[in-house]
Amino acid sequence: MTNLTRTPALALGDDALILSHRLGEWAGHAPVLEEEVALANIALDLLGQARILLSLAGDEDELAYLREERQFCNVQLVEQPNGDFAHTIARQLYFSLYQQLLFDHLATGGSELAPLAAKAVKETAYHRDHAEQWTLRLGDGTDESHTRMQRGLDALWRFTGELFEPVDALDAPWQTLRDEWTTRLTTVLERATLTVPQGPQHGAWTAGAGRQGLHTEPFGRMLAEMQHLHRSHPGATW
Amino acid sequence: MTTIAPEESALEAVFDATVAADERIEPRDWMPDAYRSTLIRQIAQHAHSEIIGMQPEANWITRAPSLRRKAILMAKVQDEAGHGLYLYSSAETLGTSRDELLDKLHTGRQKYSSIFNYPTLTWADVGAIGWLVDGAAITNQVPLCRCSYGPYARAMVRICKEESFHQRQGYELLLALSRGTEAQHAMAQDAVDRWWWPSLMMFGPPDDESAHSAQSMAWKIKRHSNDELRQRFVDICVPQAEALGLTLPDPDLSWNEERGHYDFGPIDWTEFWEVLKGNGPCNAQRITRRRRAHEDGAWVREAAAAHAAKHGKADR
Repeated sequence: MTNLTRTPALALGDDALILSHRLGEWAGHAPVLEEEVALANIALDLLGQARILLSLAGDEDELAYLREERQFCNVQLVEQPNGDFAHTIARQLYFSLYQQLLFDHLATGGSELAPLAAKAVKETAYHRDHAEQWTLRLGDGTDESHTRMQRGLDALWRFTGELFEPVDALDAPWQTLRDEWTTRLTTVLERATLTVPQGPQHGAWTAGAGRQGLHTEPFGRMLAEMQHLHRSHPGATW
Repeated sequence: MTTIAPEESALEAVFDATVAADERIEPRDWMPDAYRSTLIRQIAQHAHSEIIGMQPEANWITRAPSLRRKAILMAKVQDEAGHGLYLYSSAETLGTSRDELLDKLHTGRQKYSSIFNYPTLTWADVGAIGWLVDGAAITNQVPLCRCSYGPYARAMVRICKEESFHQRQGYELLLALSRGTEAQHAMAQDAVDRWWWPSLMMFGPPDDESAHSAQSMAWKIKRHSNDELRQRFVDICVPQAEALGLTLPDPDLSWNEERGHYDFGPIDWTEFWEVLKGNGPCNAQRITRRRRAHEDGAWVREAAAAHAAKHGKADR
């Protein structure tokens, strides 16, 4: 895995793969049984997208299990640990809103990603709706849920700028997507009696860093867990 | 509700006739209190088993060794949550609530299947659970599709279809390991060695020691005895183990021409009763984790209720 080309399929595939993994960590821990089903459903959709996208870039399992941390090009937002349920919902809201807008755009284009985007955009609309509904319930629920939801949104805000950094060889109207994302997010947060976070949407030295293979500390541990069994049996088939 | 004796006996006669005719008892029908409480106990225990059973398998979601296996395992664990939902709903038709049943689980007043008190130590355990544990569950549950209580019987039809998929994925997972590298084969054999006997215990104590069996059979909640179902399961598994290229850890296992069944060795019932009493390897861990998930989620459920109350609609 030394001569890796960073293609759009790999970047978007890594986003889906890593967020799916994080959501999979919820299994058995969700606050209510319906959410066990819903979070697993979103994780499965994302894993399905990841498998298609990574297969466009190479062998799905080699790419998932045999790359080092610095070779992954997902945005840092998706690798962030789950935190509490509000933190997970904030991450999902930011991501699904972005993914839906991007896939909507890609679905109408002529790139190799168009068929995947056209199929995935329906799933993504559900993910976004699920995150929005919970944002409304938590934001406009109890004092405690409001505080937790706002805290989740604030904590993850600095990872949102990266979503709209241009991806190499991926033709998309990034500024328009960003404006649309901000407008839609603002509408949801206002309805939920929450505040759009202020402050920078980038970390001090990590602008667009995930796409370039620079990740956050929790990511290495996540990969260690994800990859260890596969790597313990080189060449085995499962 | 108070009823005078002659009316009650008339209602009971209708109930008995319905059961005798192999027709279904429905939620609005009169039923004996003991029938109702037996069903609540059994359906709740089944629902609890589904949600506690998510834990040993979820233990491997983040380590699944290929993306295909990861997708299958996630889907399976998701199905189990879904089964929990149907079963709690089915129990609710008898006049209880999910909250009440969960509280009984969390406080140890209702049980779940003891099999989930064993640990999943390697990836092959995911296969062994599918093949043996889900296989034993199906053997137990297929007759429940004809159970006399309608909502439970109908829930079981769907659950059995999905369990059958779970059983096949477990078998297929073990087959891949058995035919894989030496280390993979050894992993599969080790898992089967550890899960075989606990799987046989899933059918419950021998018929002469089973507390609820006779009455449940009379009510057609239960259709076959524990020992009959256990024998059926052994007979199914022996040729499958051969096809897998794995052995079952029982030196007494042999075909008995006269009986037309496989004979098998004695089950360690001391282990069974000890695990049931709470002394299994994971009893404390499983219930602690379940309680913690519930407690950690309390603020989320409160928020959903508060939001629904403010906006004047049922949340879900």
